[in-house]
Formats: sequence, C-alpha cells, structure tokens
Amino acid sequence: MALDYSKKVMDHFMNPRNVGELDNPDGVGEAGNPKCGDIMKIYLKVNDDTKIIEDVKFKTFGCASAIASSSMATELIKGKSIDQAWDLTNNAVAEALDGLPPIKMHCSVLAEEAIHTAINDYREKHGLEKIPMEIHEE
Amino acid sequence: MFVYMDHTATTPTDPGVLQAMMPYFNDKFGNPSSVYSFSKESRSAIEQARAQIAKAFNAEPSEIYFTSSGSESDNWALKGTLEKSIKLHKGDHLITSKIEHHAILNTAEYLEKYHGVKVTYLSVDSEGKIDLDELKNSITDKTALVSIMFANNEVGTIQPVKEIGNICRENNIIFHTDAVQAAAQLNIDVKALNIDMMSISGHKMYAPKGIGALYIRNGVRPENFLHGGAQERKRRASTENVAGIVGFGKAVEILKGRLNDDKAKISKWRDKIITGILEKIPHAKLNGTRGDERLPNNINFSFIGVEGETLLLDLDYKGISASTGSACSSESLDPSHVLLAMGLKHEQAHGSLRFTLGRLTTDEHVNYLLDVLPEIISRRRNMSPLWEDYLKSKGEL
Repeated sequence: MALDYSKKVMDHFMNPRNVGELDNPDGVGEAGNPKCGDIMKIYLKVNDDTKIIEDVKFKTFGCASAIASSSMATELIKGKSIDQAWDLTNNAVAEALDGLPPIKMHCSVLAEEAIHTAINDYREKHGLEKIPMEIHEE
Repeated sequence: MFVYMDHTATTPTDPGVLQAMMPYFNDKFGNPSSVYSFSKESRSAIEQARAQIAKAFNAEPSEIYFTSSGSESDNWALKGTLEKSIKLHKGDHLITSKIEHHAILNTAEYLEKYHGVKVTYLSVDSEGKIDLDELKNSITDKTALVSIMFANNEVGTIQPVKEIGNICRENNIIFHTDAVQAAAQLNIDVKALNIDMMSISGHKMYAPKGIGALYIRNGVRPENFLHGGAQERKRRASTENVAGIVGFGKAVEILKGRLNDDKAKISKWRDKIITGILEKIPHAKLNGTRGDERLPNNINFSFIGVEGETLLLDLDYKGISASTGSACSSESLDPSHVLLAMGLKHEQAHGSLRFTLGRLTTDEHVNYLLDVLPEIISRRRNMSPLWEDYLKSKGEL
C-alpha cells in the first residue's frame, strides 16, 4: 500500500528536528515496544525555577509517521512549561503534521505518552507528585 | 535514476508480448465461443497460447486452464479439491505451510470456517524450508490435498518440491504448488516433479496483470470454482481474456527461451548485493538460504534497529523501488508471517527489506544500491533507541 503522507510528515521524516540524546537529562520517557514496531524515547532539560523545557531530544524506532510525530512533538514542547507540555494531545501533534493516515494515528499517541512519561520522570526526581497517565486504547 | 528492484511484486509487460496482444483487442475481437469463422482466430490464438505454456512446463495443452490470476488459481485448487473430497467422503484434511502466500492461507482459513476443513500448517526452519518428516507425519487417511509453495515470495527459499511430490504420489494424495514466483525464474517439469496442480501468474513473467493459469494433471478433477458457461472445457466459466491469454503464452515462450541466461546473470548480481551488504553494513542478517536453494533474483535482509517502511521511503527518495514484508508498508501492522515463522524476533521482522531483480536491473543499479544503502541504514540506526540498546547488549557501546 502506498501511504499518503502529508508534505509536513515527509519533511519531518526526512529532516527530523531534535534528534539525539541529552547528557544528564532532567527527565527521560519511553513509550511503545519493539513488538508493535514503535519505540519512542524522549529526553528533557528543564529549568528548575521556571519549569520551562529548555531543550528536548528524541530517538525513535518506527515508521515514518512515528519519526515525524516525535520530531513535531519535540518542536511543540520546546520552550513550553512542563504543565503546558503535559496538555499536548496526540491530536494536536497529528494536526500540526497536517494529519496522519488513520492506521498511523497510534504514532501520535506514542509521542504523547513518551512526553508524559518523561515529565513524570522529571517530577518524581524533583519531589513533585506524578500525574496519573491516561491509558489509550489501541 | 529509476532503479526498479521489486520484480517479485510485478514486472513490466514485454514489448513483444504487448505487440502480440494488440490485434486481439480490436481487429480480432471475436468471442472464441461463437460458431462463425471470424471467431476461429480467437479460438486458435488461445489454443496456441495453451500449447506454449504447456510446453514450457512439460505438461499437455489439455492440462492448462486459464484464470484471472495466481490468486484465483490458488482458490480453485484448494476449494475445488476440498469441496469435492468432502462431498465424496474422501477426506477433509488439508496440509499446507505457515509461509504460504495469503491467497493460500486465507483460502485455507475460509475452508476451516465454512467447510469444517482441518488444516495442518507445517512449520519451517530458520531458512524457511519445510521438514519432510513433519509432512510425512502429518498425513492421515483423511488428507485430501497437500499445498506447498514452490518458492517463497518474501525470502526466495525454494522448497524440496521433488521430494514433496514423491511423498504425495506414494500416499495417493493430490499435490498442489503455488509456483507464481518460481515459474518466472526456474525450469519446472511438472511430470518429473509429480506435481498434480500448479498455479502461475502472468504479470510476474512479463505478461500483463489479470491473467493466470492453473495446471491440472489429466485425471485430477477439482470441483469448478467459477460456474457458468462451457469455456475452458467446461471447467472455468467466463468469456476468455483473449488478449491476456495470447500475451501470457508469448511471455512464457520468451521467458523460457532466455531463462538460463537470465538466471546466470541475475544470480550473479544477487550474490554481489548479498556479499556487498554483509561487508558494508554491520549486523545485517540475510533471511533465507544461499546459492541454488534461493530464487536467483531474491535478496532479503533484516537490519536490526530500523523499521522497514522508513527504509523504503529513504530508498524511494533515492529513486530505488524496493519492498518489505514488514508492518507499516501494508494495511496490517503485523510483521511478516514468513519471517516470524522462520523464528525472527518481531523487531527483526519489522526491519526487513526485500530487493528483487529482473530484466530492468543493470550493473549500474547494483552498484548504486550498494553505494546508497549503507548510509541510509546508519543514519536511521543513529536515531533509533533500539540500535543503541542492541549495541550495548553486544558490548559494542
């Protein structure tokens, strides 16, 4: 099946933003599993006073939409507070990419989950209460 | 550059084939079933094509039945044989393998669901070959049909067809083989191999899409699949696809004439690519067998750490058309059933890539692939958390 990806998806897939890792990250989150064919890992650098995400990097194993979703999600949360970042929904990621094929929507869910896990990792390390995570049905 | 490396998916229609077909769309449009003399041209063209195909596989012309596709041929062989056998109380057991094309697997599933057929799915080893002892042990007095593919479309592994044919003949069981891929690349003698039924498809052999055939040995009588008029000696209804049939006959004749030369040339390229990938790309895993037990045109690798669809898009960007059995390239998100049956882990199966060579392949294409592939793989691996984990597990990071 030839998948119909938007130009934005192809752009973020061919030239992904914020790829890599951070030395001494303040929060790390991972979502997905190799069995499903997608794993996303997100690294955060958070300013302790302002709670602003000053830097973010990702590494993703997965298809083009998984890589594009990771790239777009990191762009959307960079410079935002951890509370603002928490509110980023998978639909917002997909919309920012001008849509994903229905069969690939789970890739955007993965991005949301990886960010939530990374923020909770930060919260836990910094004496903040973890926020309960919504479990997505797939 | 347009580098087509997906000849297993389909092939372009040979110009000579197209030329042979052209008169039958317009000038010689007669219905082969009509009585008047004008229609005789269509009828004799069909019989000529039947003879061309029969000759290529050492069959009798009366044993070749034209269908619309390889899938239809597979459906006919399985449904027709089991339905008849059940009706005659001769057995309701089908033996096939876990690595068949979906035209077989989904038909077997249908027979289980709607006709209560018991199906044994033979396992395969790590190279994709069935175990002959498992086959022998699976046979019961209820076994009506054994259907094992000649060569696998994903990994190119060629099955021990001669031995399978012998086992079936000794046990008086009908043996069908899906030879849609193999017939395009190997010399097949249905008599010598004790094949009772064999599916073939035109568009894998430089004929157009929409034409196939089922070889049915004289004396074997599966129930009809397509009911209606008296075409194909009352065994396959519907007005014949005359132009398609003419093209198929011509294509098989051309293919047979150049098969040995093509085989030598293409398998050399195949081996150059396999060796090149193994040399240039660390932790690349070749799926399937080597040498004569592999289809001459098939290359299938797993690249741990990366996902197949990603690689297909990167290759497409470089002008290379390839394929993957992996999840994301298809409607289904499941990885290749063939690779899983061969014992690959899910993440290996997700990262598989298939290149299939053919008449469009050139030396330049082969070198180009070996030039661009290592960089594509290493770039995507570097952004993958799985690759990092894998290197750590190997103590290389």
